[in-house]
Amino acid sequence: MSFISAQDLSLGYDKTVVAENLNFEVREGDYLCIVGENGSGKSTLMKTMLGLQTPMGGQILFGDGLKKNEIGYLPQQTLAQRDFPASVEEIVLSGCQSHMGLRPFYTEKERKLARTNMERMDICDLKKRCYRELSGGQQQRVLLARALCATTKILLLDEPVSGLDPKVTNEMYELINSLNKSGVTIIMVSHDIMAAVKYASHILHVGKTIFFGTKDEYIASDMGKLFVNMGGERA
Amino acid sequence: MIEKLLYSLQFPLVRRALIVGVLIALSSSLLGVTLVLKRFSYIGDGLSHVAFGVMAVASVLGLTNQTVLILPVTVLCAVFLLKSGNNTKIKGDAAIAMISVGALAFGYLIMNVFSTSSNVSGDVCSTLFGSTSILTLSVTEVVICAVFSIIVVAMFIFLYNKIFAVTFDEDFARATGVKADMYNFIIAIMIAVIIVLSMNLVGSLLISALVIFPALSAMSIFKNFKSVTIFAAVSSVVCALSGMIISIVAGTPVGSTIVAVDVFVFVLTFFIGKGKGGKA
Repeated sequence: MSFISAQDLSLGYDKTVVAENLNFEVREGDYLCIVGENGSGKSTLMKTMLGLQTPMGGQILFGDGLKKNEIGYLPQQTLAQRDFPASVEEIVLSGCQSHMGLRPFYTEKERKLARTNMERMDICDLKKRCYRELSGGQQQRVLLARALCATTKILLLDEPVSGLDPKVTNEMYELINSLNKSGVTIIMVSHDIMAAVKYASHILHVGKTIFFGTKDEYIASDMGKLFVNMGGERA
Repeated sequence: MIEKLLYSLQFPLVRRALIVGVLIALSSSLLGVTLVLKRFSYIGDGLSHVAFGVMAVASVLGLTNQTVLILPVTVLCAVFLLKSGNNTKIKGDAAIAMISVGALAFGYLIMNVFSTSSNVSGDVCSTLFGSTSILTLSVTEVVICAVFSIIVVAMFIFLYNKIFAVTFDEDFARATGVKADMYNFIIAIMIAVIIVLSMNLVGSLLISALVIFPALSAMSIFKNFKSVTIFAAVSSVVCALSGMIISIVAGTPVGSTIVAVDVFVFVLTFFIGKGKGGKA
């Protein structure tokens, strides 16, 4: 049984199909990279897995003890967040909401969880700082810590390195990799094929043709060869 | 000046007005931050026009207690506006413009055509700008205002952490199992209640100012949600109180005086914030 499996999934909005016949599965401990061109439905797929959008056909199954609300999420930055007055601590704590139910206030347990995850992301010294004044890389760490407060089973990352400089990008990839090594299942949407091939265990390529398989299978495939070479030339 | 103030305070209706004013100012400031950040400020504006229209209908119907009609209708509109705001096909702001301007026009029309009062423009003016209406509140109205303000404040305290989560990142909250729709719904109802309450204090055209300015002032100085919320509440109460006192002493209209003080504080905090930002 796998954490998440998609069967004949088709995605889209307003009756426009953007991706069809998606079949893949994510097992515990996997590191899946979803790659593909712009507009190929990567973000839509992400939203569908998170339950923010309903699939147009087929289905997504959750299994292996994974509940629907046990998915942590690292979103792309929204406009509202850019001028939101919030301290790092407040944001990380808000990740605990997922298991609060109707309980109104945080207890010591949630505060401890938030502290642990801030330590894990190495942002304890930023605790009282204002989120909007942090650098891009620091902001991503804050949001990662928040996602880890929500769950430690599986994280969905939507373009986690967009807008970061090369050095911070590498740090971010290493951080995500170390999370994966410590047992967190990772699903990442990315433009960066080179990084995908370097870190991921599985690749899902969405677009006109669809590929799903392990990294090695992808590199050996025609499509993989094409894209990896293109990515390599660009880099 | 002090004498005049002390003299006024002898009257129960003035004391009542001050109590209600403070409570309304407190409750209206709390959701300001959420409204500004969720780009909901226009909903507040639209709803206040709706409330004006309903009030016109209520006064034509000769209802003695207008809140009974205004509150439910405004709440309904709030829910509708929120729903349409989420709908990508009908533009939320267009729907709001439609409803708010429509309600305003019909409200004025109804008041003009059916009004039994001899001073229609005076009535309209006081509904729009509040004028001295806060001083003529009956005991029942004071009780209603007090009860609803306290409910709003209590709800805000209990939902504080949820409101933070839903305001900061609705998608994340939703994805991790927070019932974002329910909280949005509750926020909309709270906004509607606040607007109906504030109408008594500053009139329907100036409500947004009461909601938005304290939040904006707080946001230009403070950098975390808790301090922003607390400062917004404090500054709103202080502004309302000093606005009311000024209006008693100087004989100016209550609503616009309060808003003028709010604006003054905003300008002040804006420059303080700039100064701080420049140094850092």
